[in-house]
Amino acid sequence: MNKLFLIIQREYFSRVKKKSFLVMTILGPLLMAGIMVVPVWMAMREKTQHNIFVLDHSGLFIDQIPNTKEIKFTYGTGTIDAAKTKLKEGKFDLVMEIDIEAINNQKTTPHLYYKKQPGLSVEQYINNTMENILFDYRLQGDSIDLGKIERARRPVEIATIKVTEDGEDQKTNSETNMLIGFSLAIAIYIMIFLYGAQVMRGVIEEKTNRIVEVIVSSVKPFQLMLGKIVGVAMVGLTQFLLWIVLTVLISTFINAVILKDQIADQMKQHQQLEKVMKNDLTAKPDKMEKVKTPNEALSFLNNLEKINKTQIALSFAFYFLFGYLLYAALFAAIGSAVDSEADTQQFMLPVTAPLILSFAIAQGVATDPDSGLAQFFSIFPLTSPIVMMVRLPFGVPFWELSLSMASLIIGFLFFTWLAGKIYRTGILMYGKKTTWKELGKWLFYKG
Amino acid sequence: MTPILEVKNIHKNYANHVALKDVSLVVEPQKIFGLLGPNGAGKTSLIRIINQITGPDKGEVLFDGEHLAPHHVDFIGYLPEERGLYKKMAVGEQAMYLAQLKGLKRGDAKVKLQHWFKKFEIENWWDKKIEELSKGMQQKVQFIVTVLHEPKLLILDEPFSGFDPINAQLIKNEIFELRSKGATIIFSTHNMGSVEELCDNIALINKSEKILDGSVREIRKTYKSNTYRISFKGNLIGFTNSLWAGAELLEKSSDEDIHTVTVKMLRQNKPNDLLQAVIANSEILSFNEIVPSMNDIFISVVENKTTLNTQSSFTE
Repeated sequence: MNKLFLIIQREYFSRVKKKSFLVMTILGPLLMAGIMVVPVWMAMREKTQHNIFVLDHSGLFIDQIPNTKEIKFTYGTGTIDAAKTKLKEGKFDLVMEIDIEAINNQKTTPHLYYKKQPGLSVEQYINNTMENILFDYRLQGDSIDLGKIERARRPVEIATIKVTEDGEDQKTNSETNMLIGFSLAIAIYIMIFLYGAQVMRGVIEEKTNRIVEVIVSSVKPFQLMLGKIVGVAMVGLTQFLLWIVLTVLISTFINAVILKDQIADQMKQHQQLEKVMKNDLTAKPDKMEKVKTPNEALSFLNNLEKINKTQIALSFAFYFLFGYLLYAALFAAIGSAVDSEADTQQFMLPVTAPLILSFAIAQGVATDPDSGLAQFFSIFPLTSPIVMMVRLPFGVPFWELSLSMASLIIGFLFFTWLAGKIYRTGILMYGKKTTWKELGKWLFYKG
Repeated sequence: MTPILEVKNIHKNYANHVALKDVSLVVEPQKIFGLLGPNGAGKTSLIRIINQITGPDKGEVLFDGEHLAPHHVDFIGYLPEERGLYKKMAVGEQAMYLAQLKGLKRGDAKVKLQHWFKKFEIENWWDKKIEELSKGMQQKVQFIVTVLHEPKLLILDEPFSGFDPINAQLIKNEIFELRSKGATIIFSTHNMGSVEELCDNIALINKSEKILDGSVREIRKTYKSNTYRISFKGNLIGFTNSLWAGAELLEKSSDEDIHTVTVKMLRQNKPNDLLQAVIANSEILSFNEIVPSMNDIFISVVENKTTLNTQSSFTE
């Protein structure tokens, strides 16, 4: 036991003290923070103010289009040529001419003159705002009560409700469930591949260094294998933990310090836009898509509330750990059977195939979480760590979850035992290229 | 005295070959025991069984009178032929790790290591990485970690490979010192010269079977073929003529008027009879019995020859 602890200790510290660990630990969160922050920053970059001179011959729009942070409207009179001169002189960035018949025409076509092309958002803003103004104007012209229309329009959002055993109905949302399931499954997948491969490399290193025979004269080969697997697992957990902490710290810092002003502005602008959109909602059903945005985030949070978080968190910890342990043992066995990393290919595919298969069927599982396919693969130990994580947010009967966990533990014990047998023989075999047949024979050697 | 190690009727099979067939050995304490045999004879398999890296299919091993058990690994020091260290790990840290794996306490390990590092004058290597050291330097570190925990039984497989003559001598002296302090050494090698120099007893394994064992002195005596080498001044023909039926001339060579001949005594004749017969006609310069070297014995036994090639033998 003491010796196992020594091995774990060495495996852990020799990796954590490496420069590459430090680099990965810092780069990971920077990358993550980058992914989160860059789009926001990109969106805020377009800060040029557009001064628009509006030449409204119809008179309907004068002083009606609200200014935004990006666009400032100035209304005036005169000829279009005079206005164009102003544009050329650089007094304004844009000149818009609205035709006298704008109110009555079937289609209104304001002309926007520019020297430098404005962004799409500018055009869209003007378009939307003018449409709304026209819409209201026409309705009022027909003496239709705007309030009535607003009352008549009601958004529809389907709420799916799961009827549970204990009689308590649960509101669910498939999209949220899928998002949670997939992110957790990906975390497990990354853990298995990243750190499973590290176990394999560690075994190959010991074998090619020829230190392995020295060590197995002091400890049992199985102890060495287990020590390596556990040591690397702790490296993985440390890395994940540091990533989470650093990502939160960095993004909080960036949000709080660097982007503070911009975000506040953005929020204000967003609210303003929302106001405009709201008018839109009452009138144009096809514009509803756009308004959903703020609601969606809210409903995601709502749904998060409804999911059994404790169950998911605990199950995630379980599948994360045991999924890794099972595969790490197999990776260790591969490492022991070869002389160099280049030779691992022939053994890698059968080991990674169940993992890849898990993701191939994950989509199907998410669409129909209670199908026989989903049930089988969420219980089969080689695929359950990923498939069960995808299924879990949709709700899984307790007996299925227990069965899946039990079979994963049994699978872990079985594959570790199997890997131990291959490992024990493999680490002392040199030179010969190992075949599958030979691997099979190793299983029956007497320890 | 209880033998430190007793191997009883060990069998070991691998999928397509027999590694050991009914091998038995007794290793007396405080002796240097040579485990000899050609490549692939089964030496490494036997050593791995003693180290409990693998188990025998049949038979048993007694360590100091007890059935071999996991806790015995702490009393054994093993220097495998295929050896190495973690390349990226610092020398001191690595030695500490391996010492602790052999059951030493951290503090004890440190004190002992400092002693050995001082003895070998390598104190300034402590923080160096193994990959920064030369092959010979690495071997020194490897030797230290093998003997650090003062094992009762030390198994050294080709311990001198990678050492220059000076360092090989240093290691030889250490081996003798360890024996005088009470350790027993099993020494596996192909270098027969070092077997004669170091070993008290040997066992020879060939094709999975033990074919010879005993003390080095006894074995060499047994394999003597009653041949003598004589150098003399005088007439070679006269010398040959004076050989009577009790001796046979095997070889002759001459350097000016000094002649060297190899003579095999036939039947129960004694060397004195021969000397008496030739002494009248020649001036004898030297007279030696030819004792076969371990190298000759090794080759002859392995190749299953009955007569020894005396050409390459040396005299005692």
